[in-house]
This record gives sequence, structure tokens and C-alpha cells, in this order.
Amino acid sequence: MRALPLLLVASLAVSAPVLAVQPNEVLKDQALEQRARQISSGLRCLVCQNQSIDDSDAPLARDLRILVRERLVAGDNDKAVIDFVVARYGDFVLLRPPMNARTIALWAAPFLIVLFGAVFLWRRRNRAAAPADATLTAEEQRRLDDLLRDERG
Amino acid sequence: MFVEIGHFALALALGVAVVQTIVPLWGVSRNDPALASVGPAAAIACFLLVALSFGCLMASYVVSDFSVENVAANSHSTQPLIYKLTSVWGNHEGSMLLWVLILVLFGALVALSRRSLPTRLRAGTLAAQGSVSVAFLAFTLLTSNPFRRLVPAPGEGQDLNPILQDLGLAIHPPLLYVGYVGFSITYAFAVAALIEGKIDAVWARAVRPWTLLAWTFLTLGIAMGSYWAYYELGWGGWWFWDPVENASLMPWLAGTALIHSTVVMEKRDALKVWTILLAILTFSLSLLGTFIVRSGVLTSVHSFASDPQRGLFILGILIAFIGGSLALFAWRAPLLKQGGLFAPVSRESALVVNNLFLATACATVFIGTLYPLVLEMVTGDKISVGPPFFNATFVPLLVPLLLLLPIGQTLAWKRGDLLGAAQRCQVAFGLGVITTLAIFAFVRGGPVLAPLGIGLGVFLVVGAFWEVGERVVGRASGAAAMLSRAKGLPRSAWGTALGHAGVGISVIGIAAVAWGTESIGMLKVGESLTSGRYTVTLEAVTPRTGPNYREDAARFRIVADGRELQPVEAMKRIYTARAMPTTEAGIRTVGLGQAYISLGEPDDSGAIAVKLHDKPLILLIWIGALVMAAGGALSLTDRRYRLAAPRRTSAPAALPQAAE
Repeated sequence: MRALPLLLVASLAVSAPVLAVQPNEVLKDQALEQRARQISSGLRCLVCQNQSIDDSDAPLARDLRILVRERLVAGDNDKAVIDFVVARYGDFVLLRPPMNARTIALWAAPFLIVLFGAVFLWRRRNRAAAPADATLTAEEQRRLDDLLRDERG
Repeated sequence: MFVEIGHFALALALGVAVVQTIVPLWGVSRNDPALASVGPAAAIACFLLVALSFGCLMASYVVSDFSVENVAANSHSTQPLIYKLTSVWGNHEGSMLLWVLILVLFGALVALSRRSLPTRLRAGTLAAQGSVSVAFLAFTLLTSNPFRRLVPAPGEGQDLNPILQDLGLAIHPPLLYVGYVGFSITYAFAVAALIEGKIDAVWARAVRPWTLLAWTFLTLGIAMGSYWAYYELGWGGWWFWDPVENASLMPWLAGTALIHSTVVMEKRDALKVWTILLAILTFSLSLLGTFIVRSGVLTSVHSFASDPQRGLFILGILIAFIGGSLALFAWRAPLLKQGGLFAPVSRESALVVNNLFLATACATVFIGTLYPLVLEMVTGDKISVGPPFFNATFVPLLVPLLLLLPIGQTLAWKRGDLLGAAQRCQVAFGLGVITTLAIFAFVRGGPVLAPLGIGLGVFLVVGAFWEVGERVVGRASGAAAMLSRAKGLPRSAWGTALGHAGVGISVIGIAAVAWGTESIGMLKVGESLTSGRYTVTLEAVTPRTGPNYREDAARFRIVADGRELQPVEAMKRIYTARAMPTTEAGIRTVGLGQAYISLGEPDDSGAIAVKLHDKPLILLIWIGALVMAAGGALSLTDRRYRLAAPRRTSAPAALPQAAE
């Protein structure tokens, strides 16, 4: 569904879609490269609108990709690499927002909504189910019988 | 000349829409049938005027009248005719006109539909719909007029954005807009019901076909857009959780909840208040989507250049319609009588659970999309909410829903038997488990979650057809009896089965993405690159000239598992008018999977960067969506929901079937 935005590019200069990761960036060590791809797909390209550096052709994204790979080759673990990037660019660079006081509402909301919804429905169920289980009074039964008799007759 | 006629017709349409909004309601309140019946005529007139206006704009594009600002900015005399036509909605102003055209088309369809609607409901619905038309006609005329002239007229146009010069532009926006805008009718029905203070099964039955229609088109529009982005952007991705994509997903989720809750309302006269609220929310989310896309408040990969005036205008429309209808809801909803009691274990309850999860999923997308904006306004902190967030929240919410789906589908109305329903699903569940185990056994060292996803998909597909299967096979004796029983089932039962199976098919396609592979390399002519099952060899790079572009076409030999396939071409193009480069991916479909080649930059030695993806079963993602839409369309042909005039009056009566 990137196409709807596609439709709207009319007045924006958009860099042409190409390859993002260039062959000369790729690390020889496959395991390291895999980790690099994993890390870069979670980092936002800061000069683009809403792309990860793994998807972007912007020069800054390329610089960041190379930086990530350099850190990995230097022996950093994934967390250290990400912390290094965050220290430079702030939380904005993370496509997965960190859980903290400012984002707790964001992370909790889906689960709270489904929970409150379930509790609300459960309580209503008890209210609604009660009359459904009630049996007819003798008077009602007599009227029902009359009605049914009329119906057939 | 066209242009002035078009402009005038559009202004006239605004006047007629005002009449459509005010006169019928006035007639109803004064009990004047003549005034109350103005609605249909006005709605039809409004449609004809906007259609004329749209036709005029299209004609200006066809003859390349560059004295029109809109044409000059978005077309070029060398463009092929099809792209001249689609350029009409390849820009903000023209797409707004298409939006309005579809809006008034729906008004005219309600006016023309031969279904017997109570007069007051029809008058109220057309009036509510008319008010939406007024707002958007005014928006188009005042802030986004496509008929503005340019003096002096330039000799040549600036060309349509090359990324949009694709058949996708011909198909995707019209489908999507029919979906978006179609929900305006359900909204109008809800507002009319609230004004009248009465809502019943008649209302539900009147609304359901419109909801199904809008939902079917929205499904197709989203799927088409996803596939277009997949092949056009050259990344091989198909969903990015971009704000603009989310803007179309939210009404789809709410609309999906709505088509389920109207079933409960129609069959059992329950969930009335909730259904009304959903109808309002679904269209509100469509409006919000329009606002997000066109105001530039959220940074999307691509969006219109921010125009504060337009943004403010749409924000005004948003507040008026959402706020107004919710206020009306708060005031009138308590008057609506709740009916239709049901036991905690029943088809109704299953559909309530469906609505709970879909509404929560929708809320999750909503919060994820708008949270960064609100946080920045309140605290000034900037955060990003990207795909990892949605994968961590949205997916866990959908999995329980999908697991419960086949069980809910087999529950009886009013009071169901959970154990019995679960037992009836055991074959489907068993097949799902066996599939998962088989994949674990045969595919070593692969991703862990994907086999579970495939198993879930199989469970959904088999479970979807199990119920109709039982009803067809039942205690039947012989093929003839089964066939007649299959024919006797309501179309909506088949539609439901198809729709749910479509979900399962998409789930399989999405799960299989995990087995995709990709390789990148610098290739000279004669060199090869391998990814997954495919090996491609660069044969030649040929320069060519198209109607309005130049391209370098790279031709590849492609071998899959030792079998030679038809060669495939990937292109790099330069569109001359804008001097803008694009790439065209080379795609070879093998079964349900694809080999996907995209080109990068050449280096000094003459080698070119090539990226090759192996995408197994990827087509199932969109095929599933098509099957879902087919289910919606099939339900729509059910005799109960027929929009058009009845075809045969002597059609054999359907067997009374409680479930669907």
C-alpha cells in the first residue's frame, strides 16, 4: 500500500527507488552481515520520511549502514551498536520506540483496551444473561398458549 | 471551454448538494411529502453535474490543454493516452474531484436503489450524505480547484510523476476511493437512524449491502496498492506500516468489524448501539485518512506538499462531521432500545469477540500512527513508531482472533455449544497441526514462527469451508442431493466461507515471507548471482527509448532448480520531462512464488549492482485478499441484499437457514 503515498508524490522530489544496501557495503562474514541487516531495519533514516536505513538510498542512510557494520566488525554486540547510534541521534532513530515513561501509554494501550473491553463485555453479559434464563410466569405461559392456539386455529 | 463548463458544473453541484441536504429534512419535519421527496432527484442531479465536471477535466487532459494549471503540472503531450487519463487523479486536485465523484455516485445509487426504504430513512440518509457532499465540494472549489487557468499557458506540461506512470494508478485509487467513500453511506444511514431515533432489522438489512460493497472495494484497493508498491518501488516489500497505509487500514478494520456486527443486528436485533457507533467511526476513520494524506501533519514517505490552508479546512470538516455525529450519538443513542438477548456462548458472542479484537487492532493502529504527533506536541520529544512496534502489538492481537474464527463460525445463534463447535473444528485444526509438524520435519533450520503461521492458515482455510461443507454433505445421499443442497445454501453462506478462507490464504502468504532470501552483487555481462532457488545470469544491457523516457534494459537468463525459465528484464529509466530516474523490477512468477530482480547503480568497471530476491508463495498474500473480496461480492449477490431490481420474481425460495 505504499502506492497511495506514491500517488501523492506529485509535488515532492523523491529519490528514485533503487537498491539501498550496495554490494560494496556487504560484509564478508555472513553472520555479521545478517546482524547488520537486522539492526539497520530497526533504525530510521533521519533525512527520509519514514524509511529504515536498510531501505533508503539517502547518503546519510548509507553512512549509518557503514557505521553499523564498522561497529559490528569492531566486535560490538547488537545492543552496543544500537546504543551507539541512539547516543548520537536520540530515540527518534529507533523505529521500535523504547519503553519508558513517555511511551508506556503507547505500549500498554492495545493490551489495556482489549482487557477493558473484555471486562466490560463480561459484566454486561451477566446483566443481559439473567433475563434470558428467566422462565415464564404462569400468566405469561397461559397467554403464550392462547397466542399459539390462535395462530394454528 | 471545457474547463469553464466543468468549473461551472462543479459550482452548480455544490448548490444542488445544499438543496439535497436541507430540503428533504425540512419536508420531513413539516410532513410535506413533495419536499421530502426532493432528495433522490437532487442526489441524481448532483451526480450528473460532478460527472460532467470530471469529464471536462478528463477532456482537458486528453487534448493536453496546458492552459489549465492542473494539466500543465501533471501531464505531458508525449504521455501515452492511458496515462493522460489516469493523470487526472494522479494529483491532489484531480484526486479530490474523483473522491467527490464517487461520493455523489453513492448518493445517486441510494436514490436509484429499488429497495423499499422507509421514506423518512431515505430522506434522512440522503440529507446526511448531501451534507458530506457539500463539505467536500466546497473544499474542492475553495482550496483545490482543478480548473484554474494558467496565463500565459506553457507550451509543454511537466509530466506526471514517473512512479505513477503505471497501470496501478489506473486501478488502485478508484478502487480505494470507492471503498473509503462507500462508508459515507453507512455513516449517512447511521445519522439518519439517530435523527429518527429508531433502528431495527430493516435498517440493518438496508445498510448491510452498502457496507459489504464498500468493504469489498476497500479490500481490493488496499491489496492492489500493496502489490503496486511491491513491484514498482523495487524493494520487494509489500507493507510498511507507513502512516498513509495505516490510514487505509483503519477504516478497513473498522469496516470489517461493522460487516460482522450488522449481521448480529439483522439476525438477532442486538448490538444496535454499537453498530451505529461503528458505522460512524468507520467513515470518521476514512475522513481521518483523507486528512492524514492531504494535510502533511504526519511524515509519510510521500505526501502532498504541506498546505496549511487545506489541512485546516479538512480539519474543520473532520471536527464538524466526527464531532457532530458523535454528539448526535451521545444524545440519541440512549433512546435506542436494545433487543435480542443471547447466551455467553453463542454465535452472537463470537461476533462480539470478533468486534472486540478488530476494534482493538484498529485502535492500536490509530494510537501507533498518532502517538508521535501528540507526544511531540505535548512534550516536544520526537519518537518514531515503526514496523517493529506494530509487529509486536498488532500481530499478537490478531492471532487469537484468527484462532477463534473457525470455532465462532460453527457456533449456533442464541445459545451455542462450545465443546461441540470445537469438535467440529477438530479436522481443520488437525490438518493445521499436521502441516506445521510436516514443515518442521522437512525444512530444517528455518524460521520458527513461519510453520506455525502456515498451520494457522491451513486451519483457517479448512475451517472456513467446514461449516458449508457439513451443510452440503450433511446426511445427503448422492451427488445430486448434495449439489441441490449446495445451491440451496444462501450465497452469503458461501461468501462468508470464501471471505474467511481468503484470510487464511493471506496468512499463509505472509508466513512464507520468512523463507524469502535475497542476494546482492555487482554483475558484468555473463556473470551470475544466486538467491534461494534462483540463479540469474546477466546477458546484455540494452539502451532503448520509450514514448517519454529512455531506459537501460538488463536482460537476465534465469534458472530455477536446474530448469531454465523465460528470460527476464529489469530496467532503469530516465523520464525526460522531469529528468527523474526510476527502476522497473524484473519479476518472473513460478507457481505462487516469484523471482524478483532490481537494479542499482553501475560502477566504473561496467558492472551493475543487482539484487535478487527469492519470494516463495508471495502471491498468496494478494490472492487471499482477492478471495476475501470475492467472498464479499458473493454475499452481495445474496437475494436478501440485492441492490438492483430483482431479476427473477419466480426464483425458488431459499431454504430457511439460520446461520450464515
